[in-house]
Amino acid sequence: MSDISTPPTGRGALAKGEARLAWGLLFPTITIVAAVVVLPLLAIFWISVKPVQLSDLRAPELVLREDLRRMNVAGDEGSWRFRLRNSSPDRQLRGVSFTDVVPPGIVLGDLPEACALDASVLTCTFGDVDGGWRETLEIPATAAADFDPEVSVRDTAPDTTARSSSVLTDGTFTLANFSRIFDAGEFWDVLYATLFYTIVGTVGAIVMGLFAALLLDKSFRGQGILRGLYLFPYVAPVIAVAFAWIILFDPFSGSANALLLRMGVAGEAINFFGERPLALIMVTVFEIWRYFPLSFLFILARMQSIPQDMYEAADIDGASPFQQFAWISLPQLLGILSVLFLLRFIWTFNKFDDIFLLTGGNAGTRTLTVNVYEQAFAISNIGAGAAVAVVIFACLLGFSFFFFRYISQEEGL
Amino acid sequence: MSFLRNGPVAAAMLGAAWMVTLAITVAVGVAFVTGEALRPSVLWSLLLGAMLGAGLLFVRLPVAVAVAVAVVIGAVLMVIGIGPILAGDDAGIAAQALAALFLWAGFAIAVLKTNDGLAQGSADRYTFETSCIRFLTGFGYIFFTAIVAIPFWVMLMTSFKSRAEQVANPLDFGIDFSKGRELFRSYEELFTQFDFGLYLANSFLISVITVIVTLLFAIPGAYAVARLRFSGQAAFSRGILLIYMVPMIVLALPIYIAFSVTGLRNSIFGILLIYPVTTIPVALYMLQGYFRGLPAEVEEAGLMDGLSRLKVIWKITLPLSLPALASVSLYVFMIAWNEFLLAFMLLDDPSKFTLTRGIAALNSSEIPRQHLMAGSVIATVPIMALFLGLERFMTKGLTAGSVKG
Repeated sequence: MSDISTPPTGRGALAKGEARLAWGLLFPTITIVAAVVVLPLLAIFWISVKPVQLSDLRAPELVLREDLRRMNVAGDEGSWRFRLRNSSPDRQLRGVSFTDVVPPGIVLGDLPEACALDASVLTCTFGDVDGGWRETLEIPATAAADFDPEVSVRDTAPDTTARSSSVLTDGTFTLANFSRIFDAGEFWDVLYATLFYTIVGTVGAIVMGLFAALLLDKSFRGQGILRGLYLFPYVAPVIAVAFAWIILFDPFSGSANALLLRMGVAGEAINFFGERPLALIMVTVFEIWRYFPLSFLFILARMQSIPQDMYEAADIDGASPFQQFAWISLPQLLGILSVLFLLRFIWTFNKFDDIFLLTGGNAGTRTLTVNVYEQAFAISNIGAGAAVAVVIFACLLGFSFFFFRYISQEEGL
Repeated sequence: MSFLRNGPVAAAMLGAAWMVTLAITVAVGVAFVTGEALRPSVLWSLLLGAMLGAGLLFVRLPVAVAVAVAVVIGAVLMVIGIGPILAGDDAGIAAQALAALFLWAGFAIAVLKTNDGLAQGSADRYTFETSCIRFLTGFGYIFFTAIVAIPFWVMLMTSFKSRAEQVANPLDFGIDFSKGRELFRSYEELFTQFDFGLYLANSFLISVITVIVTLLFAIPGAYAVARLRFSGQAAFSRGILLIYMVPMIVLALPIYIAFSVTGLRNSIFGILLIYPVTTIPVALYMLQGYFRGLPAEVEEAGLMDGLSRLKVIWKITLPLSLPALASVSLYVFMIAWNEFLLAFMLLDDPSKFTLTRGIAALNSSEIPRQHLMAGSVIATVPIMALFLGLERFMTKGLTAGSVKG
């Protein structure tokens, strides 16, 4: 009887079935995300400790060309020439050899040391060769009576074998990538640019978004149109608006310069995206311009959910408009503002396209993300690029720890 | 502060602020329309704005009369050659007259509206701040409309202008209709010589497939996270958010390497492998928020009536969440359409370009700027049209896109 009085413990069949279904529904997503996000992340850590250059991505190959020299008719004494080389200038090829069939009508003379003839198959072996290796073999040959000038030695392609080891998979490791990016004096420049861009850009976008939301937090004719218009910078393709800005602020034919010059504000044309520290300010302004719509949207949504009677009560108590803003609106918006700040902070920190398109990271605008590209593709040092990416990822982990710790309970994320 | 709240002082201050704002706005606006330079003078603006702002407090005029008086004052000042907007080196009389008309009429209306309620004596805090807010509101509309509209206006107009025209007068954004078909030369060349038709089709295809694949993965996932109980649910929710925050450039590097090694670079298939994965986390996040908001009772009723879970999703949950699906689809479409970094790194073969990659290829010194801007317009117009047509969904989608709002 005693077992009846105890409630069932553990998970019942229904709960198990539900969990199974849940994992079944999640399985495709988990698989694909693991393949495209988690694997690359692991790869980044791997690559960051490998001395990989951009050129290493193409494996070294054995290149072989052959031709017959001075052999046109029967009886000619010429040679069968092979030219071999390692396509990589600096990486080793191992077990290099090739075999080729001797065409009919050709009698080979003395063979070079590397080669041996077995029946009518010529085999030459070279062992391990270094990067940049070149070799030319000239095997003396005589055209026999049945030599046919139409038959070319190229009709039978030689079989080549060569193994190369890829830096990506072998056992060489190095910390040079990290010491390289931290040692360089430019690291502090990069960090400064990143912090300036991230903090000023985030705060600026939120303040502008708050201002815009205050403007549109009342219904009037054309409110919908204005709201749509104010979202344009965010919705348009970044490449389109970035180039529009470049053309608008062009030092030679840009309208902004023409306007400033002819209004008498500026004495000479200003190179907005090419001068320190103006370039960094300009990309930050661009960031604010492009992302204030997002803040504005969130803040507006929250504003419209503030009960109107609070303002009515404040009105009756004689609170002035600024007092109402400071003591009703701001406290109500504080939650969304702090979430926005953290999220926008992380995303601005992650931003790459905007700066890359506007300045390419020149004139003191190289942020960490742009530095990944700069190291990996401009300097062709993939390993160093990966090391920067690891630094970014570490920062991101720090931010998200902060985010989940302090924000998520509050907003119920 | 109480000194500032004195009626005439406040009126003068707001009048001056309005005059400066309007002088700069009108000068820039007229310059962009006529191509002729006008100089806003801050000193004259402050002086005249303050005088007239306070003056209109003492002499109460109906709006129509005030506008008429202001325009007359403006005309007189223009003839004398002083005022808030001075003529530049080459400004024609028409541009000056146009500017003066807009400035003074606008000023009269704005100041009367702003200072409504201010009296000659000291104003209370409420009235004073209401007036300030009226100015700030007006200023805000002008400011935001200008900063948003100008880059797009420049983009559109530059696409109609040849290099020579642009260098001759960078300020001139009028359209010379007499050019006829020549006006659209860039667009014609982009479609005939630069394969923009193909890029448009590629972009469209890739975006649509991305939307479909994303939904196929995200709907079951979001449902599981929102409705089903399983251990690890909370961790999974956070994992989604965390992955959503990983910067693309960090992933792009290993993806580039993997694609180079496997030969997936330069293929639309390769792009289609990556794009949905960048959008699945955000779609999953948006959808699970919406699913949570649906009444569970409806689904339970379905279960009671003998539907399986999958049938419940198909027959009850999905029809109920059509608006959310529309928002998510639009948002994902926008992300895929605007994506630049991966397309730029992974596509080198012009026959596989997406629009954004195609525009990046136009950025060279040999190709006129006009083409670059025409390409930008071609990429911007479809997404804008979609956005304006379905703004309601889009706004919802954007709001749900990152934070519970």
